[in-house]
Amino acid sequence: MPPIQPPAAGRYPAGGLAFPHRDLLGIGQLQTHEILYLLDEAEQWVRLNRMPSKHTDVLSGLTIINAFFENSTRTLLSFEIAGKRLGADVVNMHAAQSSVKKGETLIDTAMTLNAMRADAIVIRHSSSGAVALIAGRVDCPVLNAGDGQHEHPTQALLDALALRHKLREGGREEFNGLRVTICGDILHSRVARSNILSLQALGAVVRVCAPPALMPMGIEAMGVEPFHSFDAALDGAEVVMMLRLQNERMQGQFVPSPREFRHLYGLTPQRLALAEPDAIVMHPGPMNRGVEIDSEVADLAGRSIITDQVEMGVAIRMACLDVLTRRARGVPGWAPVNRAQWV
Amino acid sequence: MKQPRPLAIVGGRLVTPDGVRPGTLRCEDGRIAALGDVAPQDGDDVVDAGGALVAPGLVDCGVFAIDKAAFHFGGITRAALMPDQSPPLDHPARVRFAAQSGKPDMWVHPLAAATVALEGGHLAEIALMCDAGAKGIATGRTWIADSGIMLRLLQYAAMLDLVVVSHAEDSGLAGSAVATAGEMATRLGLPSAPAEAEALAIARDVALAEMTGARLHVRQVTTRAGLNLVRAAKQRGVSVTAGVTPAHFMLSDLALAEFRTFSRLSPPLRSESDRQAVIEGIGDGTIDVIASGHDPRWPEDKRLPFADAEPGMAGAETLLAMTLTLVRDGVIDTARAFDLLARNPARLLGVDAGEFREGAEADLALIDPERPWVIDSAKMDTSAGNTPFDRQPTQGRVLALWKGGVQVGTKPRR
Repeated sequence: MPPIQPPAAGRYPAGGLAFPHRDLLGIGQLQTHEILYLLDEAEQWVRLNRMPSKHTDVLSGLTIINAFFENSTRTLLSFEIAGKRLGADVVNMHAAQSSVKKGETLIDTAMTLNAMRADAIVIRHSSSGAVALIAGRVDCPVLNAGDGQHEHPTQALLDALALRHKLREGGREEFNGLRVTICGDILHSRVARSNILSLQALGAVVRVCAPPALMPMGIEAMGVEPFHSFDAALDGAEVVMMLRLQNERMQGQFVPSPREFRHLYGLTPQRLALAEPDAIVMHPGPMNRGVEIDSEVADLAGRSIITDQVEMGVAIRMACLDVLTRRARGVPGWAPVNRAQWV
Repeated sequence: MKQPRPLAIVGGRLVTPDGVRPGTLRCEDGRIAALGDVAPQDGDDVVDAGGALVAPGLVDCGVFAIDKAAFHFGGITRAALMPDQSPPLDHPARVRFAAQSGKPDMWVHPLAAATVALEGGHLAEIALMCDAGAKGIATGRTWIADSGIMLRLLQYAAMLDLVVVSHAEDSGLAGSAVATAGEMATRLGLPSAPAEAEALAIARDVALAEMTGARLHVRQVTTRAGLNLVRAAKQRGVSVTAGVTPAHFMLSDLALAEFRTFSRLSPPLRSESDRQAVIEGIGDGTIDVIASGHDPRWPEDKRLPFADAEPGMAGAETLLAMTLTLVRDGVIDTARAFDLLARNPARLLGVDAGEFREGAEADLALIDPERPWVIDSAKMDTSAGNTPFDRQPTQGRVLALWKGGVQVGTKPRR
């Protein structure tokens, strides 16, 4: 195991003050330096994950429950790997959406998980605010792995980390003034919301692009510039982040057809040429190749960082699990605080 | 309950349609016998109001549950019960039962379901329900999407001279929305509908009311565009009235922050600009009725993710105090407040109450409009404390309440 190198001393408030939150419910609750702290913490895990032996005992003896009330493959897998590489006992709970439709059951489920003395609970739920609701009923840290159309904080953090790595390759340290265009189903996307908040906190200038039916009203109040024309939105873009369009939304309810969506909003090589010469391509996955993104672009070596995003996901989730359990583990400087003092 | 002895309330400030004036109110046999400069007679029960307001008992136009303790706390002596019961009030027997359910210390005026099972498909037996005690017709929590059904409903209601209480949200636009489209809904990621859903619904219903001559009461008008339509219709002489609940003039959609389900209402809370428009509408007379929309919800209905929670607030206890804030802010005067809370709704329902005049039902409340208190969901008299005004300091309390000259309810305990 490599020596764990903490973030640069003096850059952050000392000890537990660097991250004074019990839960990670959304980017909206974080200050810029807290986002940076998690990114810096994740770097050590990026290095570990590239070693032949990818195991530490930091969370040895702790139980982490991944409670997924909505289907997920990659996020669940990423959290599971993250927990296991840190040495925790990881349990996955797939709650079929039908059996937990009623909220009584949701609260009861939360109390049940709590009674099993989990040390951290990772939750995904299809209803905005559901994770916060559960967090209020349990005694351990709760990580939001996506709640409805509200937030998906670890996705935004891993996107920022992947982007930072790529920018550093090009000799750029800061996000200040970075022009990012997010395109796709903004209306239904928690990834878009978390990324808007995090990228702006880090100093980027964010544009969002979607057809009117998939653009939420009042989005400009979040400080972004909305576009309906993808070509216009790409002009000057240094980063292009595509979002997945759910199949059921392409059948006439929101968008007439997949090929019509591709016609207006697909990231083709020709479209990508409208952005800055070395514009970075991102996608949270899973991709609809040939709809919102062409294979040629998705696999574009040196420009597409889609697989880096997946790699950074594990490191970010390791960092979040590590940081949020420090108080319970009695890490020096991370004194337990009573409930009323949580931010 | 029959009034055993005449009642004389002295030393109060009487709230009459023409203004507030000092005087004595005498009630005999359940009715107002005299008011103003009159003296108590031998054998009267004499109550000294000590300078408090003596006002008509509130007539609450559109509640979802009969919750006597809350109504008595709030000074409400009559409540028009929405047909959204389980089972719905779409049958004469159920209406008859509901009409008796307030006895002996509360008037319950059922509103008949406009359509069978409130599904908006088939007209219910409205005339029979009217004979069974229904004082109006209501579309329930939802709008009737089928314009043909709505036309025939209004024609029928016009013939029977019954008011139609409508819920104004275009169902196609509203869909499964739980918030008004805008910054707040976008930040929280909540399913939302544009505020125009209300104006669309009102525009159609007003057009049909104008065509049929029916009396249309839009139970809640909560947007500037909707109020403009009502204002214009009134100027044309259309028989349309508008109501609102305190939530929509006290709160904007900022109250949804942190997914507070007590702020999940139907129609949803609106923008600050629309909230201001509601206050203007109350001030200029576009809005005729302020009602509680009383809808107590147990934790099983509210302790849920926001979009899964049921809409509604327990509003009976806060109706009076919230309306009195408009008096203190100079939007309306006290007499007009009780027009909105009692006189206008009584007229809509065609009941002989809601204002002080000789011969009217002696439903009255003794009110200290300045008395401070703090709204506390844990201490409310209602069966469930789902108020969006929790922990808010406010002013104005009912000191005593009479129905038909007989004191009802207990003295306020807190």
